[in-house]
Amino acid sequence: MKNILTLAGKELKLYFISPIAYVLAMVFLMVSDYLFQSQVFFYSTLSSQAMRFQGNVPQINLHEILFRPTFLNMSIILLLIMPLLTMRLFAEEKKGRTTELLMTSPLTITEIVLGKFLAAWFIYALLLALTLHLPLMLSHVTYVAWKPLVASYIGLLLMGGVFLSMGLFASSLTENQIVAAVISFGILIGFWLIGLTAQTAADSPAGAVFGYLSLIDHLDNFVKGLINTRDLTYFLSLTILGLFLTHRVVESQRWK
Amino acid sequence: MIEVMHLGKRYGEVVAIDDVNFTVAKGEILAFLGPNGAGKTTTMRILTCFMPATSGTAKVAGYDIFEAPMEVKRRIGYLPDNPPVYPEMTVSEFLQFVAKIKGVPKNKIKAALASALEKCSIGDVSRRLIGNLSRGYRQRVGLAQAIIHNPDVLILDEPTVGLDPKQIIEIRELIKGLGGEHTIVLSTHILPEATAVCQKVVIINRGRIVAVDSQDRLSAQVRKSEKISIRIRRGEAVDQGKILSIEGVQQVLPQPSVDGEGIFIVESELGRDIREELARRVVENGWGLLEMKPLAVSLEDVFLQLTTEERGVEEAAAAPTHTEGVTA
Repeated sequence: MKNILTLAGKELKLYFISPIAYVLAMVFLMVSDYLFQSQVFFYSTLSSQAMRFQGNVPQINLHEILFRPTFLNMSIILLLIMPLLTMRLFAEEKKGRTTELLMTSPLTITEIVLGKFLAAWFIYALLLALTLHLPLMLSHVTYVAWKPLVASYIGLLLMGGVFLSMGLFASSLTENQIVAAVISFGILIGFWLIGLTAQTAADSPAGAVFGYLSLIDHLDNFVKGLINTRDLTYFLSLTILGLFLTHRVVESQRWK
Repeated sequence: MIEVMHLGKRYGEVVAIDDVNFTVAKGEILAFLGPNGAGKTTTMRILTCFMPATSGTAKVAGYDIFEAPMEVKRRIGYLPDNPPVYPEMTVSEFLQFVAKIKGVPKNKIKAALASALEKCSIGDVSRRLIGNLSRGYRQRVGLAQAIIHNPDVLILDEPTVGLDPKQIIEIRELIKGLGGEHTIVLSTHILPEATAVCQKVVIINRGRIVAVDSQDRLSAQVRKSEKISIRIRRGEAVDQGKILSIEGVQQVLPQPSVDGEGIFIVESELGRDIREELARRVVENGWGLLEMKPLAVSLEDVFLQLTTEERGVEEAAAAPTHTEGVTA
């Protein structure tokens, strides 16, 4: 455990030194704030319509109309920027030949993999924490339902774990950061496409299978305020799969 | 301290090293000498548990590299051919990180850092980013990284490569200073380096050990005759027959010279000292003896003979003592 924290500390230091994390945070916030704001406009049009028609519109719910689409959009942006967060983790060690330092130190591969993963997850959690200003701002002008928001953030954190472990795996495959990023784009977009297929083939059994595999559908449950073991198991097992694959790749590179 | 037994490594069809055996005693400095691609780095990587061997095994500080790799790693400091440093970190940040992952207890990290900085004389750059340091300083940071946890065994892969002559001398002095306290294995393809720093030499070629011994004995082993060089005032007056008639002399080789002086290399049977008789002949004949010196075989000769000339290798291998393998 001590070793994992030491390694995570080193990765965090490198994250804060390099401009990548800052640039990512800025772009992510700009895009997600813009999406949120357009949702706010949509919501205000909707509520003024509701006032005019006096209850003839379906229920309008702040969380449903404002936050749910925002978080789902956010997950797509995350899908595009997270590979940039993980691409250097192993690729750069290999390029800079520092793998030799780590592998000849009394560290296990599990410790190395977990150290890197935790550091990336921490940076990701910070990134998410920055978006808390949206509900905080809103809570000054209206009533905000905090409990589904907590569930949403838990869901986003878990989904990020999947993104990061897949990115880590991609990074372990190559010593070229761009290649690592492209591979993890491929994997993550693959998961997203599974979700789209699930929607178009909703009635068939294949649709049900795809629906279960889709990242977005599982996230949606959390965003609705629902924390159930099905979704927890899904996110955690995919994360562990990614970490396991990474471990295998790092181990196998010793034998080449 | 280090015991290597029948170590072999193949990459698919390619045999990188084959049946490598040697031992290093505590406090000894051993040079691993061989041309590029001879298998030096592979051997070192196996010893540091960076990669597994395909056959054989080795013990470092009493621990087997397969059965107790963690114990081995704790006791080894390794400097690969490229110093493994993070250019974004400062020297002391980096060394503290290394101390932590090598398992230096928290309350001793400060002392370990200070002593490593001092030993490698990089105290004045400790707050600078490693990426901004020159090659020589970076190499020293690499060395500091290897010694920070005060390991029993130091493994240094071409520690002086890419440095300027002044830096090379400094690093060599540093390594010599570390010997005694630490057991050191260093690889090099530069011969004077082995001569300058090490007590014991392992010569490796195409993955096989060609010779293991101290430098003096290696020279003696390859030397086929005693060679003496003489410089003579009146070179043209020399009658080579008179020298050849000395008992034990095999041949006389005249060397190019200037101003009528003559330089001759006199080869005689191994183990027979002809200097006294030779001097007498020269003086009696009034040729004017200016200089006489025995020619030692340098490690360079040994190396070239063992790694390039097949006959030399076979002869060396045929001699039962101090030789541990044959190349084909």
